[in-house]
Amino acid sequence: MVDTVIVPLMMIVTVLAAVLVTVMYIVLLERKVQAWVQVRLGPMRVGPHGILQPLADVLKLFLKEDITPARADKWVFTAAPIIVLVPSLIAFAVIPFAAGLSLFGIDIPGRIADVNVGLLYIISVAGIGIYGIILGGWSSNSKYPLLASLRSSAQLISYEIAVTMTLVTVIMLSGTLSMVGIVDAQLSKGWWFAFMQPVAFGIYFIGSLAETNRAPFDLPEAEQELVAGFHTEYSGMRFAFFFLAEYANMIVVSSVATTLFLGGWLAPFPNVPWLSFLGLVPGWAWFMLKTFGFLYLFLWVRATFPRYRYDQLMRLGWKWLIPLAILNVVVTGLVKVLV
Amino acid sequence: MITTTHYMVLSAALFTLGVVGVMTRRNVIIVLMSIELMLNAVNINLVAFSHELQNAVGQVFAVFIIVVAAAEAAVGLGIILSFYRNKETVNIDEMNLLRW
Amino acid sequence: MVEAAAFYILATLILGFGVLVITAKSTVHSVLFLVADFLCVAALYVSLHAPFLAVIQVMVYAGGIVVLYLFVVMLVNLKRPPEAHSDPRRLGRLGVVMAAAVLTEVVAIFAVGWAKPAAAAGTLSAQNVEQIGRALYTDYLIPFELASFLLLVAMIGAIILAKREL
Repeated sequence: MVDTVIVPLMMIVTVLAAVLVTVMYIVLLERKVQAWVQVRLGPMRVGPHGILQPLADVLKLFLKEDITPARADKWVFTAAPIIVLVPSLIAFAVIPFAAGLSLFGIDIPGRIADVNVGLLYIISVAGIGIYGIILGGWSSNSKYPLLASLRSSAQLISYEIAVTMTLVTVIMLSGTLSMVGIVDAQLSKGWWFAFMQPVAFGIYFIGSLAETNRAPFDLPEAEQELVAGFHTEYSGMRFAFFFLAEYANMIVVSSVATTLFLGGWLAPFPNVPWLSFLGLVPGWAWFMLKTFGFLYLFLWVRATFPRYRYDQLMRLGWKWLIPLAILNVVVTGLVKVLV
Repeated sequence: MITTTHYMVLSAALFTLGVVGVMTRRNVIIVLMSIELMLNAVNINLVAFSHELQNAVGQVFAVFIIVVAAAEAAVGLGIILSFYRNKETVNIDEMNLLRW
Repeated sequence: MVEAAAFYILATLILGFGVLVITAKSTVHSVLFLVADFLCVAALYVSLHAPFLAVIQVMVYAGGIVVLYLFVVMLVNLKRPPEAHSDPRRLGRLGVVMAAAVLTEVVAIFAVGWAKPAAAAGTLSAQNVEQIGRALYTDYLIPFELASFLLLVAMIGAIILAKREL
């Protein structure tokens, strides 16, 4: 009873709380990082150096008026933010944060669930999130959100193919679909998969920038373009859900990158004896460090690159990334068979 | 105690819903979706038998059925789109070009 | 006990969403009910110890095919109101006939006495992905290759049918 109901329940609560707090502070971190890149300071008023800014944001969003457009489809309009947010959060169920520890004699595993199709579960759940975007744009009964949502969902399903191909190469190397199994495979092979598959890592990074609607692929929701994209007509808590969902998606994508390419909760250089003090840092700390490093790349890229036009974006996805990813799969297969 | 018979009854009921959808609705997209319901009913049957006989072949065949459903949906919707471009309707009763 | 509760809840949801698919007035609502139906069927597969098929159902069916339906529904969204049943009594008469057919079949199933006890989980779900993969690549290699060929043909056909100018 304890280790089938209570421990997973506690882990779910912990993970959800951690994710929501992280999302709030990623928002602040993004504003700060962009500000420092642009030689200014960012939010400084609320709390020392703007630390309490996310609380002010959340309070503001709670108290805003909830407007529903006149002839919007009420049920679908309400359901769209939920459909976007829930898949982002449930993807955390299979991500392994640590090797597992023993607390007061109870074995607490390092993940909520170890499904033996864990990676496919994350891919399938990401596909469900697309519905929220399409429905959010359509149910607003307004031109610009509809156009933006169709563009955004077309972009998402295009780059999903390239990203899935890179995940196929990781599966070929690790021989298993289970996330815990992939980390164990990196432990047994001695190399993180980012070094064994640099092309796949690069394609995954670019594809996940497009998957989460981040710059330079954020045409569907940029302010200079289609007003505000598919969430134009949303205000208050509904908008907060879309916002939350986008940043939660970023964290999911970074966690998956960490698990698949950067060794999950493993410490670097395990075989070098004079670096063995790195093993003293707990697994979950390494996981957080790597995830935040990957997230920082996202923020850095946003502050640096100009936006892609929509046809350039689709051309990049279909004519460059997908053939490159398929070529990568073929080469990996050949190397595995011949070497 | 859930036996395979329960799954067969569920599958039969879902298949019936699909058939009723195909025969009564006039919107051709709803007709295609009812065909998907029928294919799902067949899948449920296959997986239930695969579970009873402890053989993976049922699930393999269900995968093939999903593949065929995907191909059929893509081509069917392509046909609907090109027809809509010509006749501006998705009502099956009005898709009677051979009657001129 | 848990399995029985799961089955009855999922069966009710599947059939309920199925009825809503074929009777909803707005086409977009029909498509959404279809998505919900497919997700419940995927949950049913999980309870039948077929996790690989469940994620394939969500990924391909709910996350691919129905997105295609949604796009087409939005592209052909007519200014006229959604089609009403051309003959409301027709639905009633057909429904009665169909229900009678199903009832006959169900009674026949129970009369033959096919109520064998459900097998235990056994070895099926532990190595589910490996078993399916092995079967696909050894016994069913030719259907597998034919299926990929079919997908290629369908892709080319759909692109050509839906292009504006050739």
